[in-house]
Amino acid sequence: MELDAFDHHSSIPGTTLFDGEMAMKGYALNKMCYSFNKKESREEYLRDPEAYFDKFGLNDEQKQACRDKNVLAMIKAGGNIYYLAKFAGIYKMSVQDVGAQQTGMTTEEFKEKLLRAGD
Amino acid sequence: MATIIGGLTTSHIPAVGNAIAKELFDDPYWKPFFKAYPPIREWLDVHKPDVAINIYNDHGLGFFLDQMPTFAIGAAHEYRNEDEGWGIPTLPPFPGHPKLSWHIIESMVADEFDITSCQELPVDHGFTVPMQLFWPGLGDNPNFPRAIPVSANTVQHPIPTLKRAYAFGQALGKAVRSYPEDIKVVVLGTGGLSHQLDGERAGFINKDFDLMCMEKIVTDPEELTKISRHELVRQAGAQGTEFLMWMMMRGALGDKVTPLHQNYHIPISNTGAGTMMLECAA
Repeated sequence: MELDAFDHHSSIPGTTLFDGEMAMKGYALNKMCYSFNKKESREEYLRDPEAYFDKFGLNDEQKQACRDKNVLAMIKAGGNIYYLAKFAGIYKMSVQDVGAQQTGMTTEEFKEKLLRAGD
Repeated sequence: MATIIGGLTTSHIPAVGNAIAKELFDDPYWKPFFKAYPPIREWLDVHKPDVAINIYNDHGLGFFLDQMPTFAIGAAHEYRNEDEGWGIPTLPPFPGHPKLSWHIIESMVADEFDITSCQELPVDHGFTVPMQLFWPGLGDNPNFPRAIPVSANTVQHPIPTLKRAYAFGQALGKAVRSYPEDIKVVVLGTGGLSHQLDGERAGFINKDFDLMCMEKIVTDPEELTKISRHELVRQAGAQGTEFLMWMMMRGALGDKVTPLHQNYHIPISNTGAGTMMLECAA
């Protein structure tokens, strides 16, 4: 199957469709994040993040995105937001913190934007 | 024979679970959301359904990308909530109704829907938050029903079409109504409405689209089946695709429904929160 033949990129600005190609690209990263459902896994990660990246076979792009806690970079590297939320949770980042980081706002500005959506 | 008494919709945001745990019912941020639920609880107190079919989307607890069913139905004696990664205290097990589950699976596969059956299925906030909202106290609530989880994939594209979700609901409704015991069933469609968590468009909410969906799902759900998946992402946000659960619920209710109560509030967390109570024609 020639994956390149599919145009998986969304024409919706600021939106990546998480499809088969992205799911293959991000598999190791998402699998690591899925493991964070378990407390023991979160603790093992925090003891040695680099060893934990290698355990799941993350590539260099994925490792650097995780080191930087850069959500847009993690999405570009194939991360799916539902699994990345578990990574964010380790660092006590809320979905508003994650939204703020991706949109270049402070968390307070992002929350204000959400409130304004109801106007 | 079994009857479907109606359908309930609600958002299922994790933050709601936290707010329930902290009893923030009268907090100014939360009150416009929680005020939607007492009329629904009163209706449930009167009608006392025996079973709740809870249509939700797993968010990375019950399923991972290694094996991702498009439509999964629980067929277990009970369903357990587990740690989703945030260390929030888990809830007691939810009693299932495996006999009805297998009846539904038999009927739907005979109707050519390809179902993944699950004898073990950890249930996440998508399932548990609606149960907490509609039946406060869960197992301590005298009206607490048995539950059957139904999960549709919205994690990974290709996701089901709105047309297929609606048809799934119709086949589900047919299956329930052919169950030979005299039990009462309520169908929950959970998730949504518009929201997007990821990308530069994070924080996107679309009030006009949500309100249109809440109107059409009562009067003309067929019209909503014409919306493409791409258009749904555009209009409802990347995670607003959870509206598929509402369409599955609506299909199960039959042609005519009476809207008894509804509420819409922005924002709860990153989401436009919609709540509806639809009663089936007698």
